[in-house]
Amino acid sequence: MNILFAVLLLGGLALLAGIVLAIASRVFHIEGDPMMERIDAVLPQTQCGQCGYPGCKPYATAVASGEVDVNKCVPGGERAMLAIADLMGVPPKEVEEEAAPPMLAYIREDECIGCTLCIKACPVDAIIGAPKQYHTVVESHCTGCTLCVEPCPVDCIDMLGKPEVLEEWTWSAPGKSRLVIEDSAEGETHVRAA
Amino acid sequence: MSGLLDRFTTLLGKGAAKGAASSIELKAMIGSGGFSGGVHPKQMKITAGSPIVQSPLPPRLILPLKQHIGQICTPIVEVGERVLRGQKIAKSQGYVSAPVHAPTSGTVLAIEEHAVPHPSGMGRLCIIIEPDGKDEADESLPPITDYRAEDPGVIRERIRLSGIVGLGGAVFPTFIKMLRDHRHPVEMVILNGIECEPYLTCDHRLMLEHSAAIVRGLDIIMHAVEAQRGVIAIEDNKPDAIAAMQQALADIAFEHIEVRVLPTLYPQGSEKQLIQSVTGRQVPAGKLPLHIGVLCQNVGTTRAIHDAVCLGQPLTQRVVTVSGDAVPSPANISVRIGTPIPFVLAQCGLEDLSGVRLIHGGPMMGERLSRLNVPLVKSTNGLLAMRQEALYSENAVEEPCIRCGHCVTVCPVGLVPNELAWHCRNDQFDRGQEYDLFDCIECGCCSYVCPSHIPLVHYFRYAKGQVAKIEKERSFAELSKARSEARDNRLAHEQAERAARRSKVRKQQAGDAAGEEVSGAETSGDGKEDKA
Ligand code: SF4
Ligand code: SF4
Ligand code: SF4
Ligand code: SF4
Repeated sequence: MNILFAVLLLGGLALLAGIVLAIASRVFHIEGDPMMERIDAVLPQTQCGQCGYPGCKPYATAVASGEVDVNKCVPGGERAMLAIADLMGVPPKEVEEEAAPPMLAYIREDECIGCTLCIKACPVDAIIGAPKQYHTVVESHCTGCTLCVEPCPVDCIDMLGKPEVLEEWTWSAPGKSRLVIEDSAEGETHVRAA
Repeated sequence: MSGLLDRFTTLLGKGAAKGAASSIELKAMIGSGGFSGGVHPKQMKITAGSPIVQSPLPPRLILPLKQHIGQICTPIVEVGERVLRGQKIAKSQGYVSAPVHAPTSGTVLAIEEHAVPHPSGMGRLCIIIEPDGKDEADESLPPITDYRAEDPGVIRERIRLSGIVGLGGAVFPTFIKMLRDHRHPVEMVILNGIECEPYLTCDHRLMLEHSAAIVRGLDIIMHAVEAQRGVIAIEDNKPDAIAAMQQALADIAFEHIEVRVLPTLYPQGSEKQLIQSVTGRQVPAGKLPLHIGVLCQNVGTTRAIHDAVCLGQPLTQRVVTVSGDAVPSPANISVRIGTPIPFVLAQCGLEDLSGVRLIHGGPMMGERLSRLNVPLVKSTNGLLAMRQEALYSENAVEEPCIRCGHCVTVCPVGLVPNELAWHCRNDQFDRGQEYDLFDCIECGCCSYVCPSHIPLVHYFRYAKGQVAKIEKERSFAELSKARSEARDNRLAHEQAERAARRSKVRKQQAGDAAGEEVSGAETSGDGKEDKA
């Protein structure tokens, strides 16, 4: 009799818990893939396609589903790779390609024929212009992905190194300074490796 | 190694090659004061007895459009234009900013990029003026002699228009510090006469030679912020300055201001440490002195405020200490802002700059300049020219931390520099922030006592920069992500619309065909109406 009671009680509790869980999973259902979102959040959002996917979100989706390695984002470099590996709980893997220094697209406006092809290629809508008008790149929005260069029929888009400005300069780590610039008394400038 | 000068070897009397400091030496170096920690570096105030001399006009003045914390200014003069001394030549853009004035009369030669005193050696937009030697003044700002009768707002506006910034080196626009906030009334104004950096004596000399102007300046500040108490804080290593200030107070019969003598201890001149020494109260992390009812002003700034208000002279000149072992005749010089630094050094007999390392500021907190051909700016409180061999940071070799804990003892903020540096070295900036990286005031005490010659402050400067950089990249990534998502949505929307239009057209074509079959004889006009 006692045994029957215990079995019934436990069975009843299990049933109750099951119902609660079923309801909870409906009520608290999350749309989308949280892992994909979290990976997307650590990617640099350059949208350059160097990972072999048409943008950061598709790459994040592919990583989250385990179909591709964590080390394919080139601009993200080691930092993004480590963050993704950490999220996915997999061992880090060296990033094979080295990222190019940050760049900005620049349209030689007098040569532009206003074909709008670059606008269509830009993944972050950083180019403005209208058919048969000069086009120009909004510097503060350009991610330097280089995707607009190829489609231009007259080759008037250059990728130029992002200018270094004083406001964005930061101290390098001790013993790692790249260059020492010196003025001699005559005001000439010499640059030598530190 | 770039920039940072942590301490000197021979100059501060502590052999770098000697290795670990003996405990007696350390006891002599560690101080005790209102705040915990601190050190007693060798003073080296060789110019304390040299009266301030006036530098002649240089052949060219180079005025950077940003010599303050905040937004850069926009030029309001054109190339070829004649300007007068004190004429505003660049106006503030944005709220946190300070205008730039012509230091003498002359012609604008160019508005172009020129190297500025910054550890990066980079340049920024400067107005270059060729003096005409007449030194004609612009009289647009009338002197306010009876400042006590003026509205405090008028005084603050005058200070803003005069381009005054904190001349102790922080160069934060002064008028902002003096804004009134009714939730936090200012009870006490502290005049910072500490000058605790070794070598520097410009504030000391100002207190001796311009004591009346400084005391009046303090009174102006107190009026502008409606404070009742004024304290002039001076360390006991400047007895003559203490006497001069007391005399000045007695002469003018100011009873609401007192002179407070503090025991000498580095970094007592740092704002939060000074407040703790004077009031015994701590400014909480992330808060301003204003939040505990205190305002600090530097001696040079206070004098500049006096000149701006009582004489109607904007900030175009400052006093700077030129010293260091490479300088034949060290001096305190009053220099027009924008004067090329080699010209200033030449006044002190230093013409050949080869092999000379230049430090902008004091030896503890100053920055080593990678370029020498730069102008003197509002933040230049000291210029130290050193022979390379004397530079500690170039001779010391970093050794592993022996966990002696000296750095922890001396840190005036109560940080754990050795742990913090460990995380910064390993690029673990999150951990660094947990160890209160951003509370570090970069005073250099920890680097100064470290027997392993670890450039601790340099690590903290590096880490702070990296954190800011990462933050910037992250916000740019967020912006790019939003733009890319907006584009994807728009493309999807356009595609859906096109698909809908196509299917509609197809349906109608199908419908038309069917209709024609049924009502064969009817006019095609009806069919067209259907379509519309
Ligand atoms: S390589 Fe990196 S930045 Fe470029 S699209 Fe792929 S994930 Fe985005
Ligand atoms: S693709 Fe080239 S030619 Fe066409 S609009 Fe862009 S910049 Fe102009
Ligand atoms: S950690 Fe920062 S505040 Fe503390 S002693 Fe070192 S430099 Fe000064
Ligand atoms: S870092 Fe601090 S604990 Fe380590 S050796 Fe230097 S002073 Fe001592």
